[in-house]
Amino acid sequence: MKFLRDTMTVFSREATPALRDPVSLVFAMGQPLLFLLLFGSLLDTSTGTGTWQWFVPGILVMMCLVGPMGAGHSLLVELTGGSMERMMVTPLNRTAMLVGRNLKETITLVVQAVLIVAVAMTLGFRLYPGGVLAGLLMLTVFGVGLSSLSFVLALRSQPSGALFWVVTQTLMFPLTLLSGVLLPLEQGPAWLRAVGAVNPVSYIVDAQRALFAGRFDDTSVLHGGLVAVAVALIGLVVGTRSMRRGVTTGA
Amino acid sequence: MAVTTTGLIRHFRTKKTTVEAVRGVDMDIGDGELVALLGPNGAGKSTLFRMLTTLLPPTAGTATVAGRDIIRDPDGVRARIGYVGQNHSAGDNFRVRDELVTQGRSHGMTRVEATRRADEVLDLLGLRPLAKRTPNTLSGGQRRRVDIAMGLVHRPALLLLDEPSTGLDPHSRAEVWEHILRLREELAMTLVLSTHYLEEADRMAERVVIIDHGLVIADGTADRLRKDLAGDRIALTLESKADMARIAGPFEAHGDTVHIRVPDAAAALPRHLRELDAAGVKVVAAQALRPTLDDVFLALTGRSIQEAA
Ligand SMILES: Nc1ncnc2c1ncn2[C@@H]1O[C@H](COP(=O)(O)OP(=O)(O)OP(=O)(O)O)[C@@H](O)[C@H]1O
Ligand SMILES: [Mg+2]
Repeated sequence: MKFLRDTMTVFSREATPALRDPVSLVFAMGQPLLFLLLFGSLLDTSTGTGTWQWFVPGILVMMCLVGPMGAGHSLLVELTGGSMERMMVTPLNRTAMLVGRNLKETITLVVQAVLIVAVAMTLGFRLYPGGVLAGLLMLTVFGVGLSSLSFVLALRSQPSGALFWVVTQTLMFPLTLLSGVLLPLEQGPAWLRAVGAVNPVSYIVDAQRALFAGRFDDTSVLHGGLVAVAVALIGLVVGTRSMRRGVTTGA
Repeated sequence: MAVTTTGLIRHFRTKKTTVEAVRGVDMDIGDGELVALLGPNGAGKSTLFRMLTTLLPPTAGTATVAGRDIIRDPDGVRARIGYVGQNHSAGDNFRVRDELVTQGRSHGMTRVEATRRADEVLDLLGLRPLAKRTPNTLSGGQRRRVDIAMGLVHRPALLLLDEPSTGLDPHSRAEVWEHILRLREELAMTLVLSTHYLEEADRMAERVVIIDHGLVIADGTADRLRKDLAGDRIALTLESKADMARIAGPFEAHGDTVHIRVPDAAAALPRHLRELDAAGVKVVAAQALRPTLDDVFLALTGRSIQEAA
């Protein structure tokens, strides 16, 4: 009971500024749509209408990578200011602090995904409702794990915050580009495909493409699901432990 | 007892060295006291606060805060104390009133209760007109008042404030202090605060605890500390420097002025003047000097608190 209440307290704190500012909210939610339209129209001319089926899940995975990084950044800001410290000196449940923040990321992701799918449908994207639902569920699970890891990174980066930037900057580009989100890896040289094979994000991308094409029985779906669950578990366990240990590092 | 600490120690291990931030603090603070922790930069004030507020586990020692053990029952401590940290308590992008409501809800209040209470503390600290602003649009003094408000939402019996007035201009500082003193009168709280402004500790607190290099080096009322550790002086400026030789007893010469240590400056000044007059020594200026807390710190450490950092 207390856990749920605390989670809602943290969630509503995080969500309120956005809800109070509907104009920015609309822009933030609509931004990936812009990306979809600009980038998608480029692809359209080269590869035909199957493009949307390939491109929409890619964009969703990319959002799922960018969102958690932003969440970690906002935590970092609150750690360097004093607002996180003040919250730590309340009886607020430590896991709820993690989950409440995660909830806001998750809801943002889902709303953006629904918007993207809706717009893409008008452009020729074929909807497999079951597949899309399963795909979103997988992304949600994966996103929760990524956000938690991003929070851990922010906590560990104290007090300067430098570590957070070093790690995210060096990881984000290879993880994104070498997962086949925006460019297919299949046509790439062997080394590129090898790197793709060890990149956990690739498994999510492949699974999403299969699900968005309505292919539940594809083995990539299983692999992607396992990666998502593993990342979520690791993130939540490590994240809760870091939150318990508190805001102040220095052994 | 609002606070009891026994042998509280905290070390920080950095890459090569170990910093002994707090080196064994034993301190009792009774209910309703107003205590100022005075110490130069790096003395260990914040580290002490962070242990008392459960943010940092001690390396050794124990402490009871608001009747709860900081290690065995951290949530119990958190529920009973208010903490105004050295940094800002309210998030930059959140409205002041929203943050106050969040704070109340974090302490288990319902939304309705927390909202009512948020409005009460807004009024208490004169923040009503700023309720819908975000902290990054406020002045330093206004922002500090918001921080104090955040510490009061759940009506704690004990409020710990880490340098509530540092970085403020004299006007805002006076204003923050006025609010702190009002709170104490109206709410009968125990207040523990840190500062490195000597005059502030002197004027405002009934009890001053001086901390240096992680240890309590003096503890008492400002008057007591002054009497015991520094003492009064009188300053006499003589018309002729040559007359200095005719002063009986030890003195320090500062240019053409002599400083003489005395138990009570107000009583000693006329007596010295009479004696010198009788001896035919001309005095151009005379002054009774009360020691400052800096004199106390100087007497204890050989350093001035301003340059001790
Ligand atoms: N996380 C940390 N890691 C390493 N050293 C630390 C850490 N926090 C504090 N210290 C060191 O411990 C000592 C005491 O610091 P503390 O912040 O408690 O001092 P303070 O009295 O609050 O000073 P100020 O008046 O500047 O706020 C300092 O030498 C500081 O460098
Ligand atoms: Mg400090």
